[in-house]
Amino acid sequence: MSTADAVAGVMWVGATLYAVFGGADFGAGLWALIAGSGERGQRARGLVDWAIGPVWEANHVWLIFVLVVLWTAFAVAFESVMSTLFIPLSLAALGIVLRGSGFAFHKLARRGHYRRLAERLFGLFSLLTPFFMGTVVGAIASGRVPVGNAAGDPVTSWLNGLSILTGALFVATGAYLSAVFLVSDARRAGEEDMERYFATRALVAAVGAGAIAVAGLFVYRADARYIYDGLTGDGLPLVIVSALCGLGVLLLLWRGGRRGTRPLAVGAVVAVIWGWGVAQYPYLLPKSLTISDGAADNETLIAVLIVFGVALVVVVPALAFLYTLAQRSVLEGEGRPPGQATGSSSPTP
Amino acid sequence: MISLVGHLPNLFAVSSELAPARSQMAFTLGFHIILACLGVAFPALMLIANYRGLRRNDADALRLAERWSKVAAVTFAVGAVTGTVLSFEFGLLWPEFTGRFGEVFGILFAIEGIFFFTEAIFLAIYIYGWKRMSGWAHFWTGVPVVISGIGGAYSVVAVNSWMNQPGGFTLGPDGSVTSVDLWKVIFNDAVPYEVPHMILAAYIVTGFLVASVYAVGMLRGRRDRHHRLGLLIPFTVAAIAAPIQFAVGDTAARAIAEDQPVKFAAMECVQTTHRNVTEYIFGICTDDGVKGGIGIPGFDSFLVGFDTDTKVTGLDSVPPDERPPFNTLLHWCFDIMVGIGTALIALGAWLAFVWWRRRDIPSTPWFLRAVAVSGVAAVVALECGWIVTEVGRQPWVVYGVMRTEDAVTGASGVWVTFAATLALYTALGVATVLILRTMSGRWRSADEAEVEVPYGPSEPAPPITGESS
Repeated sequence: MSTADAVAGVMWVGATLYAVFGGADFGAGLWALIAGSGERGQRARGLVDWAIGPVWEANHVWLIFVLVVLWTAFAVAFESVMSTLFIPLSLAALGIVLRGSGFAFHKLARRGHYRRLAERLFGLFSLLTPFFMGTVVGAIASGRVPVGNAAGDPVTSWLNGLSILTGALFVATGAYLSAVFLVSDARRAGEEDMERYFATRALVAAVGAGAIAVAGLFVYRADARYIYDGLTGDGLPLVIVSALCGLGVLLLLWRGGRRGTRPLAVGAVVAVIWGWGVAQYPYLLPKSLTISDGAADNETLIAVLIVFGVALVVVVPALAFLYTLAQRSVLEGEGRPPGQATGSSSPTP
Repeated sequence: MISLVGHLPNLFAVSSELAPARSQMAFTLGFHIILACLGVAFPALMLIANYRGLRRNDADALRLAERWSKVAAVTFAVGAVTGTVLSFEFGLLWPEFTGRFGEVFGILFAIEGIFFFTEAIFLAIYIYGWKRMSGWAHFWTGVPVVISGIGGAYSVVAVNSWMNQPGGFTLGPDGSVTSVDLWKVIFNDAVPYEVPHMILAAYIVTGFLVASVYAVGMLRGRRDRHHRLGLLIPFTVAAIAAPIQFAVGDTAARAIAEDQPVKFAAMECVQTTHRNVTEYIFGICTDDGVKGGIGIPGFDSFLVGFDTDTKVTGLDSVPPDERPPFNTLLHWCFDIMVGIGTALIALGAWLAFVWWRRRDIPSTPWFLRAVAVSGVAAVVALECGWIVTEVGRQPWVVYGVMRTEDAVTGASGVWVTFAATLALYTALGVATVLILRTMSGRWRSADEAEVEVPYGPSEPAPPITGESS
């Protein structure tokens, strides 16, 4: 394995983390959007707020990580992707602004209609942002991004059946992951009906994501043959692992079990992402730019690896600390769940 | 001729994106830079208040620290969003720049990523730690926020320094990068003056901005200890930073006269290279020299070399297409920045003098009025300084190596994204200010816990989404 391959692997780790954490975050926004305005919908939204509140920012840092590694280590690929896919990436950036500020503001907005506007922006762009990101991935996978500054078609590169299907898959996967996570969060909050509420939704989303994935195989076979061959070739074991994990989650949810759904759901997503990575190897842009051809100077590549190592040492313990605090409800004081009528905390110095 | 005509639409299509791309970049950076300053310096103010609160058992200081941490959370969240947009723009607007030089400067953003991540994580821990951790343990969770704020500022500003003083790479015959020396990138020639200048600016802007809020409150009659402390802590930090900034800025100007003489010539409207150059304050820059304005004979030469006989390079040292645009604008921005900086130093000295005499803030309302406008003034100075740096570097994106017009995207439609960005950021700015006002209103009228910040609900969401008050 060359240094460039190692850096590509590091980038892929970032992409995986973004798919899991960012995807779940987007999914949570989607569930908040379609929860409705009834009492149950309010409580579902309350649970979403409570669950992603402490970590929503950290969840999206992985995107910046992927972008930075891409432009530092594989600048030509970055240039080609960002210029040809100007439209969906601009829309994704717009979505990031609107959903991020929507979430940041909705709890602070005093007036009811501002609060609802902020909530809707957060929800709507939690749906659209991963969709556009999916179209970008579809465009890359199907070889519609040639090397160069805006060398590909600005519209048909991402507005095609395969890209739209990939976008839909991204949305469904996020919704699925998020519902599985929210089941656990509901249990943590001690709300049994919310646990059932999200278990049903997790089941629906799992079936939906699975159906899109199966349909996707046929579309990829027709339109992104290189990736399809990889997924059914070297990547096949990982695809099978992903399918088994997905079926396991379905089975558990169907039988009303809760334990083990989270690792299995994450496993399903991680396995398919790495299956994809194996399928696309050694290309950054399938059939037009390989990892070694697109790689930066060796000194830069090594520096990226060093920075990644430092990040592991510095960031991972801090992040683990934050997630642990959030999960243990230390951060929420005595673990006050949403929706329960509790007074505001009294200061204890 | 035929081929030229055939090329023309293509050429036009490419160059027509330059104006909107530059406008969008300038606008989004000009917006983000304010939030970035708050992100760098606000946590320090918050910790100073926290320290004082713990050390002297000062409940007012602790309450300020808690509120400031919540304000910092809001501005940090908005800053994170606008910062993400900037990282998209490196590709959306300037793909050729990043495609060619990403392997040179990109590592600084990777380093910045670590700092940013650390800052985000510890800010979240700090905000949630209020009332849930013991006082000093909680205080220490805030320290990494301050350190990573400074580290992040170094990394980002070092990229801009590198764009002004590029080095640490070699180019092949086709113009592509053939080797990279990262130490010379990370510690490039402009770092020693540009990075401290920006970090001090962050502390000055944040200090005066926060102080101005409490000055307005005091002018409205809220002259309690809470407001006095809320004014004094940030004001003191800014007032200490301002004179240091004067020295750093003066060094920076002299370094620019050496490193980027054309930028310096544009800042000072020096048309021809000569000695005994007059320093003009304001005035209109023309090819024949400065019209109007206040001239101080020989002073520009003196500032550059401490001798009126110092030779100053003029704009005529390079062909017209290598000179920065908007000469008068640049000149005015430079003068406004220096002018405001000087006035802010005087404001700090005023308080210092009165404090020395009678341990109190000046009793005249004119002092509070001056503090009330100092925040906006500091922001204006910040923006002016940024314009001087960025517009003064033009027409280069990488000084002397790559022209901005060669860096721009080949995609069309930047006018559309610029218009959308303009509308969106205006709404974002208005919403941010309204939200901060709402928070302050709630703090005045209700209990602390009612204000929930974007790092999540420590309290249950209100059961009904209707009017909450």
